[in-house]
Amino acid sequence: MSDVALERKAGAAPAPIASPRELLPYALFGGLVLMIIIYFVGAEEGALSVISGTDVHEFVHDARHLLGFPCH
Amino acid sequence: MVRSLLIRGMLVGLGAGLLAFAFAYVFGEPQVQHAIDFEDHLAALHHDAMGPEVVSRGVQRTFGLLTGTVATGVALGGLFGLVYAYAYGRVGALGARGTSALLAAGAFVSITLLPFTKYPANPPTVGNPDTIDKRTVLFFAMIAVTILALVAAGRVRRSLLPSLGGWNAASAAGSVLIAVVAVAELILPGVHETPAGFPADVLYRFRIASLGINATLWLTLGLGFGAVAQRLLEPAPHRTGAPAASPA
Ligand SMILES: [Zn+2]
Repeated sequence: MSDVALERKAGAAPAPIASPRELLPYALFGGLVLMIIIYFVGAEEGALSVISGTDVHEFVHDARHLLGFPCH
Repeated sequence: MVRSLLIRGMLVGLGAGLLAFAFAYVFGEPQVQHAIDFEDHLAALHHDAMGPEVVSRGVQRTFGLLTGTVATGVALGGLFGLVYAYAYGRVGALGARGTSALLAAGAFVSITLLPFTKYPANPPTVGNPDTIDKRTVLFFAMIAVTILALVAAGRVRRSLLPSLGGWNAASAAGSVLIAVVAVAELILPGVHETPAGFPADVLYRFRIASLGINATLWLTLGLGFGAVAQRLLEPAPHRTGAPAASPA
């Protein structure tokens, strides 16, 4: 437990690497894009539909079921 | 630094998605096929016309599955990298690898395991297409509840730590987590749509496979990202050198 990193005093937390202000743009734009990817795998042409038809749904269909998203 | 962690998270997520695909292909696909066979059997019994096949089964279980798992791995990996950039140095005396392992374990418990106890993964046919809106909302609501409950439990642990000590603070936090999730599961409506006659063994094996796929994702992310982040954040020269002060 104590020798996780030898530079640090035992039991002390390392210094944080990013302030919330630095993180905000990444969280907003990066987070949004990544959420959209998950949306397309998990829910497009199910509860919501951005692209008409069922091509996206049918293509990732098995992953949707196996990852645990609700489907049919 | 945030950018580096984001990119590394996506790369480790790519690997995690590939491993998840392998697991899903070997353990999950046979159960999906059993479920689809049952669906076809039901349709034949009722003389229903088969719907047109938009994407062939061969594509669905290979490239489709691969695309879905890898895209999910990359996206979850990137989000993991962003959360990690915030969490490192803010979750107690954990180093680069410990922080990664803790976050991945928390993600698996709050995104997969706890929601699974209310709305488990279902193979094709188990689920009424007419209720997809309701089931989707409930699924994501449940995940939101479990993530918030886990974060709240972490705060409870931290605030009780000075007065109660590590063991009791962790016990109290665990109790808070279980209580909040249990109340949420009592309040949220159940979904019981398994058609009569659906083989119970297939349902069981499908759900176990689904848990395994998600465990593969988070385990790979937790350990893989930890190793990568350690190189980036804690490049310790003493790790590569000879052990200091060891008797020859
Ligand atoms: Zn489906």
